[in-house]
Amino acid sequence: MRFHLKIWRQAGPDVAGRMVDYDVENVPGEASFLEMLDVLNETLVARDEPAIAFDHDCREGICGTCGVMINGRAHGSLRGVTTCQLHMRSFADGDTIWIEPWRADAFPVVCDLVVDRSALDRIVQAGGYTSVHTGTAPEANSIPVPRHAAERAFDAAACIGCGACVATCKNASAMLFVAAKVSHLALLPQGRVEARDRVRTMIARMEQEGFGGCSNTAACSAECPRDISMEHIARLNWESIKARITSGS
Amino acid sequence: MSLDAKIPDGPLAEKWSRHQAGLRLISPANKAKIDVLVVGAGLAGASAAASLAELGYNVTCLCFQDSARRAHSVAAQGGINAAKGYQNDGDNVWRLFVDTLRGGDYRSREANVYRLAELSLRVIDQAVAQGVPFAREYGGLLANRSFGGVQVERTFYARGQTGQQLLMGAYGALLRQVERGKVRMLPRREMLDLVLVDGRARGVIARDLQTGRLERHAGHAVVLATGGYGTIYYLSTLAMGCNASAVWKAHVRGALFANPSFTQIHPTCIPATLETQSKLTLMSESLRNDGRIWAPRKSRDERRPEDIPDDERDYYLERKYPSYGNLAPRDIASRAAKEICDAGHGVGPTGRGVYLDFADAIARQGQTVIRERYGNLFDLYEKITGTNPYETPMRIYPAAHFTMGGLWVDYDLMTTVPGLFAIGECNFADHGANRLGANSLLQACVDGYFILPHTITDYLADDIRTGPVPAEQPPFETAEREVRERIDRLLAIRGTTSPRRFHRDLGITLWNHCGMMRNHADLERALADVRALRERFWRDVHVTGSADGMNPELEKAGRLADFLELGELIVRDAIARNESCGAHFREEHQTDDGEARRDDTEFMHVAAWGHAGPDAAPQLHKEPLVFESTTPTVRSYK
Repeated sequence: MRFHLKIWRQAGPDVAGRMVDYDVENVPGEASFLEMLDVLNETLVARDEPAIAFDHDCREGICGTCGVMINGRAHGSLRGVTTCQLHMRSFADGDTIWIEPWRADAFPVVCDLVVDRSALDRIVQAGGYTSVHTGTAPEANSIPVPRHAAERAFDAAACIGCGACVATCKNASAMLFVAAKVSHLALLPQGRVEARDRVRTMIARMEQEGFGGCSNTAACSAECPRDISMEHIARLNWESIKARITSGS
Repeated sequence: MSLDAKIPDGPLAEKWSRHQAGLRLISPANKAKIDVLVVGAGLAGASAAASLAELGYNVTCLCFQDSARRAHSVAAQGGINAAKGYQNDGDNVWRLFVDTLRGGDYRSREANVYRLAELSLRVIDQAVAQGVPFAREYGGLLANRSFGGVQVERTFYARGQTGQQLLMGAYGALLRQVERGKVRMLPRREMLDLVLVDGRARGVIARDLQTGRLERHAGHAVVLATGGYGTIYYLSTLAMGCNASAVWKAHVRGALFANPSFTQIHPTCIPATLETQSKLTLMSESLRNDGRIWAPRKSRDERRPEDIPDDERDYYLERKYPSYGNLAPRDIASRAAKEICDAGHGVGPTGRGVYLDFADAIARQGQTVIRERYGNLFDLYEKITGTNPYETPMRIYPAAHFTMGGLWVDYDLMTTVPGLFAIGECNFADHGANRLGANSLLQACVDGYFILPHTITDYLADDIRTGPVPAEQPPFETAEREVRERIDRLLAIRGTTSPRRFHRDLGITLWNHCGMMRNHADLERALADVRALRERFWRDVHVTGSADGMNPELEKAGRLADFLELGELIVRDAIARNESCGAHFREEHQTDDGEARRDDTEFMHVAAWGHAGPDAAPQLHKEPLVFESTTPTVRSYK
């Protein structure tokens, strides 16, 4: 297959970027989207041009490293996949494809298609864990967890932190990301202990990092490669209201 | 050099507790005067960094990924073993110990393996307290399943994402310490050299992959938790960024490298089909609990698998290994797949594939049960191949996966360089010649949470009066200059071939001659090929871009340069180990029915290699393996 690509090139964080046109040929339909970029990069290297920088690692949809806007859609238009799980058979031969980095104030561009998502780490840092020192844990089966609660917690814990929700949201909100962590831990007895503080500190940190607020358009959930449900944002809001009522502020 | 593994005296079951009781302690006030560098933020690195910070040390943690949450531990699907004995099936610490030792074909240390089994109990407690959503029974208690190479149900799992969920637990613990100011987390940093001061590991030189700047990081001890090097085979189940550079630099600076050729080829991966393919995807071994592996009896059978009647199928694992059947250990299942394909019974466009079939399981248990157990794995398979495994059997083939070899460490997990520790997959310690399924997550956790924090404290007890280690001193200056010179040299070659192309050639050579089956003649050829490739690399590699700012091509070239040296050592080790054991199968040494034949008289040892320079033959040191509590037997899964 052959494609006409329009790709965002930006040499570094402090210089201006622009869309650059490339043609790529001899791409097998079974190749993944990132393998198509590999093919293009090999031709650039052969012409002594700088290769296009893009984040990627596991290439099986679990590490959350990869992610670009493809024709304006986070991870492309196929539902429930990361960019590395998108295959060129999803496109038509000769298609023009627009490839851009995640766009959000909280995700500054580092180089070409690579952005800095460390703000997501800082949100988790604010409380996305249980405060358990190594060695202090009680015997595992002394904490029974109803199976349905464990399963629902897992649905939230499946978030891979890729940032597609932020890139898709018109407010560049990280609410689905925060909700996944808050909900995962709020559903488990281990996480309940700190649930009230967690929801407050994580939301406060999200705002501090320059992410927007949530206006419930559900675009985030529609584009999430792990299908994280809006139910978790509802639970986050419930936890947040509970926290405000019970703390009296 | 005489290798002292420092195995404690006393009965096996008491070695660790006695040893731990004798380790020196450091008061909380003095720990605050000590700096520890941790390289790598996967399950081993994150758990170690968090646990050390909780104890009061000042920790700097570096990882090459953009976040500590992304290390390759996330990709471990199937589960983590622990000898909790919850299922009343007779499991206990001793059995996990024996299964691991036997699975490794008696090429690991009894004392290390026993400790791994013993501490497995605490890992599950820790993970549950962190909120890891393990599978549960309806009564709310933890569920288990069985896994390759064992007859009990001791594997704890979180759908097909056990590694990701365990890493989220460790990552949370790590970030909690970042928030407290006890860990300085530095993502997008690659360690490019180890710095020794007066013979002790005191720091690293790292490159900031975002700005291209070289940095010096100094501390009282250095912990490597940098994972495996299976990516040396080019196509592997590993993440693209996995590399051997940190351990290789440590090796060049004096750390011995043990059993480098012990590489696990995982039996259940999606077969390679394309030249443009960049990696292979693992299908969890847990699928072998319900899936049946077969190949057509007729060679080059072109019929659709659904159309091949049962009596024309060869369920070869069930035929050859009746007592373990489809659950035979990984090395055995991989070789059996290769043999059946070599004999012309392979399926798929390349003829390198066999079927993993769920039709019987679906008929017996219903699609709902199978979907609940493996739904995400089936979805993953369908996303990649475009075929639906509920209707058509999966096609699978072995792929390079885990490296049992790694830096030699003693019982305290310290390498032969004082102050340099290696934990998780990057050391060689626990898996012998073949790793048992669901033991890699276990080792990473046990090393990071429960062993290293104690043993490193004993080492650091000498450092309470040392004071801060300055990075402005000659050994750091020299190391930084050497790193810079090497980067400049790579950029200056301006040849005609991309790093990716060289990597592919290296991978093909190693896969063909030093993969699932090895023989002396092929290995000698591989040695010559790898050397020639290295010579050509330094003459003809083409690295675009510059050293300033982000340059993925430069990163690839640097990692490949180290792989080319490691590749040679892997082949040398495979030549020297003139026996078959576990995943190391020398065709010259097999029984009449084609099973691995060990040579316990000549090779009951760990092969630890010392570096003598890029073009000199490495020195081999042997650490004899002593079995006090068990008698090495011939592995039989029949």
